[in-house]
Amino acid sequence: MAITGRLTMTNQTSIHGILAEFDSVDGILHAAEKVKQEGYRKWDCHTPFPVHGLDGAMGIRQTRLPWLVLVMGFAGCSGGILLQWWTNAHDYVFRISGKPDWSLPANIPVAFEMTILFAALTAFFSMWILNGFPRWYSPLFRAKCFTRATDDRFVLAIDARDDLFGEETRKLLESLSPNTIEMIEAPIEDGKIPLRLKGMLGIALTLLLLPPAMIANARFTKSTQPRVHIVPNMDTQVTHRGQEASDFFADGQAMRLPISGTYAQEDDRLIGEQVGFWTGKENGAYLSSIPMDVTPEFEDRGRARFGIYCSACHAVNGSGQGTVHLRAQELLSKTWVGPTDLRTDAIKQQAPGQLFESISNGIRNMPSYSSQIPAADRWAIVQYLKESL
Amino acid sequence: MAKYANVNELSDSQLDNLLEPPALVQNAETFHDITESVCSIAEADRMPRSWYVLFTLALCFLGVLGAMIFHLFTTGVGVWGNNQPVAWGFPIVNFVFWVGIGHAGTLISAVLYLFRQGWRTGINRFSEAMTIFAVCCAGLFPAIHVGRVWVIYWVFPIPNQMDMWPNFRSPLLWDVFAVGTYFTVSLLFWYMGMVPDLATQRDRAKTKLRQFLYGIFALGWNGSNRHWHRYERAYLLLAALATPLVLSVHSVVSFDFAVAQIPGWHTTIFPPYFVAGAIFSGFAMVLTLSIPARALFGFKHIITMRHIELMCKVIMCTGMLVGYAYAMEFFMAWYSGNRYEGFTFVNRAFGPYAWAYWTMVSCNVISPQIFWFKRARRCIPLIFVISIFVNIGMWFERFVITVTSLNRDFLPSSWNYFSPTIVDILTLAGSFGLFFTLFLLFCRWLPQVAISEVKNVMPSAHPHGNHGEVNHD
Ligand code: HEC
Repeated sequence: MAITGRLTMTNQTSIHGILAEFDSVDGILHAAEKVKQEGYRKWDCHTPFPVHGLDGAMGIRQTRLPWLVLVMGFAGCSGGILLQWWTNAHDYVFRISGKPDWSLPANIPVAFEMTILFAALTAFFSMWILNGFPRWYSPLFRAKCFTRATDDRFVLAIDARDDLFGEETRKLLESLSPNTIEMIEAPIEDGKIPLRLKGMLGIALTLLLLPPAMIANARFTKSTQPRVHIVPNMDTQVTHRGQEASDFFADGQAMRLPISGTYAQEDDRLIGEQVGFWTGKENGAYLSSIPMDVTPEFEDRGRARFGIYCSACHAVNGSGQGTVHLRAQELLSKTWVGPTDLRTDAIKQQAPGQLFESISNGIRNMPSYSSQIPAADRWAIVQYLKESL
Repeated sequence: MAKYANVNELSDSQLDNLLEPPALVQNAETFHDITESVCSIAEADRMPRSWYVLFTLALCFLGVLGAMIFHLFTTGVGVWGNNQPVAWGFPIVNFVFWVGIGHAGTLISAVLYLFRQGWRTGINRFSEAMTIFAVCCAGLFPAIHVGRVWVIYWVFPIPNQMDMWPNFRSPLLWDVFAVGTYFTVSLLFWYMGMVPDLATQRDRAKTKLRQFLYGIFALGWNGSNRHWHRYERAYLLLAALATPLVLSVHSVVSFDFAVAQIPGWHTTIFPPYFVAGAIFSGFAMVLTLSIPARALFGFKHIITMRHIELMCKVIMCTGMLVGYAYAMEFFMAWYSGNRYEGFTFVNRAFGPYAWAYWTMVSCNVISPQIFWFKRARRCIPLIFVISIFVNIGMWFERFVITVTSLNRDFLPSSWNYFSPTIVDILTLAGSFGLFFTLFLLFCRWLPQVAISEVKNVMPSAHPHGNHGEVNHD
């Protein structure tokens, strides 16, 4: 009594087959053996549950389903590995924490899941396909006894297209002492899907196709409209840069001052006696000498620090032709101000205190280095600039 | 049939005494009785009153869930209690909780099927449905917790305008694949098992609409033995595939924690410990659902006392497994000599969340111990209460793992006490609404028991005579 079974009532002309209904497992098993012995080929048993031993009694050969599943399982596994390799090690390489571009162990879980997924989908769908489903209509559904084939009856059906089909078929079945025997006539046209249903299905499918079509369209076209913001305050948040104005605070600034009493780590030492050591100045005048013991180690350290912190711009020999400068010129940056040549007299004549101040606070386009280089090292660099460069 | 017409009015012990040793299907003598008792529910015009009460309640909670999700989407994840240092609050706890529950279904259907445990047939459809709905609830949480839900598709390897791909070395992406595969395979398994029963309902349907709908989903199943042959093969294969899958899913979920270098998470015991916990909580949920259902819908002869006893034993066994894992975690924390690991565990048991820890231990380790006694394994109200305890305990287990490991991390200056917001709590409650709505609808319209499989384990399903090649088993 499938849906379409009752929707098509057409003229019946020929015989479709013959059914015999049994009410026990033993009955159907015995009947199946007999029918098989007689040499019938186009016949089947319909049971409410898989009856043990019926496969053997009917002589059903093993299905090739497991092989399909095996093959697709392998395909899933290699597909999973390929996907991960292509996306993460080839097309868009993930370089994280110095890990190698491609390391199999991390890719096993996904490869495993893909294996199972492919194999399971194959087991499911190929079972239905091999069985010829979905096929909502079968002439068998017209038989009266057939409604109980899914409940508690066991039905043996012999197809009229079988070569041996004839009067003897009926006799054979009668000899097996079934509950009832029923002939089914074949309809002229096998259950067709009603037009209305077809129309509805068509409309539903078209509607389903709309969203992907819209997405595909958006993907390949340009729009002058701004992007759609589903939750605007998450996409466009109020942000301020350092020196911007803001109505939010009373003083009209976006940037907050440090809490009063905050001072940099070195500041407390400013208050000590050696003011010149920290600022390069004493009573408003630049120090004319280095306020430290000049030892060979001190001079070596100066050379090394200059190499580390200054040579990138000023070059190792102080000429101002460092790699940063060369690169900037290569890029033809018009606004670029080159580093000063540190070997010129203008620099050589400067007091150590003035050089110290330039390094500590930066000068014009050169940034301050006080946060990176401790004061003692800055003096070591000054010593190097004055004496060795 | 007439003789046992009012079989549901018999007490469980009476039912038990009728057949000795306890049979898998009691007092249903003919195949038709089974069909009748399962199908008549979906065919009835009305449900028992309690069904309507529960369904209304479930719908209310579902509404709450909808409202909370709307609030979340329009406002942002700040509505939850998640914050530094406990950035993984309720959403992850709930996710792991629901995924765990979703494990019993496939375990019962697949693993017990492979081990040829006939008793699974009474409860498998039931627990498979539970699995599907629990995984729905589980999938919800990671999906909504990302903050910008409208780009959640970034978790899938779909070519996009940014020319970027997801990071396959992240356990969170493994989760997407594991949970996605698990949901798909469970759904296929559930649906496939249901097709022959849907055909039974189709053939019994009286109205056009029912014939049409059941007919569509039955795909035209006609019980052909040639079909059954491939069907059984495919079912066996799906069971064989689902078994390693079910073990892998909770292992992958545990990697979300174990791969991170947080003391209390970074341990190798996590995968087996999580799997045991999942089976534990899943079976508890099956009991919580099936005890009222068998009374309500009259399945006492299909889900028998023997099923319930067996499930109690599984709960006791897995409860001791998780108890062992709790103890082993402590042992390793001490034995490793790692200060941070040691601190985390002392903090777990005696720190600010000691109340959660001891709730967990008493619910999960201590309460199932009562099942050592046969009397307890046969006392329905007690079993029901313990099953609820286990559900609570397992939720707290995930809470303890997630929150206690994070709330006091390496930097004492950032230590903080996590407390959920009302939105957190209502979302959790709402997820139960989703679960029960789906479950009650399933009870109403679909075959709650695998009719064809139950028939298969009945004595009359086995041939008696000598049928040539037939092999007797
Ligand atoms: C990022 C590149 C860069 C680095 C690194 C750098 N400088 Fe400079 N330096 C400059 C530039 C550019 C100027 C010229 C600034 C101007 O004229 O606006 C300059 C100018 C100078 C001057 C000339 C000041 C004056 O009075 O005219 C001195 C001295 C100097 N740098 C010393 C150093 C020392 C010592 C270091 C290492 C601690 C250093 N610089 C590191 C780019 C750099």
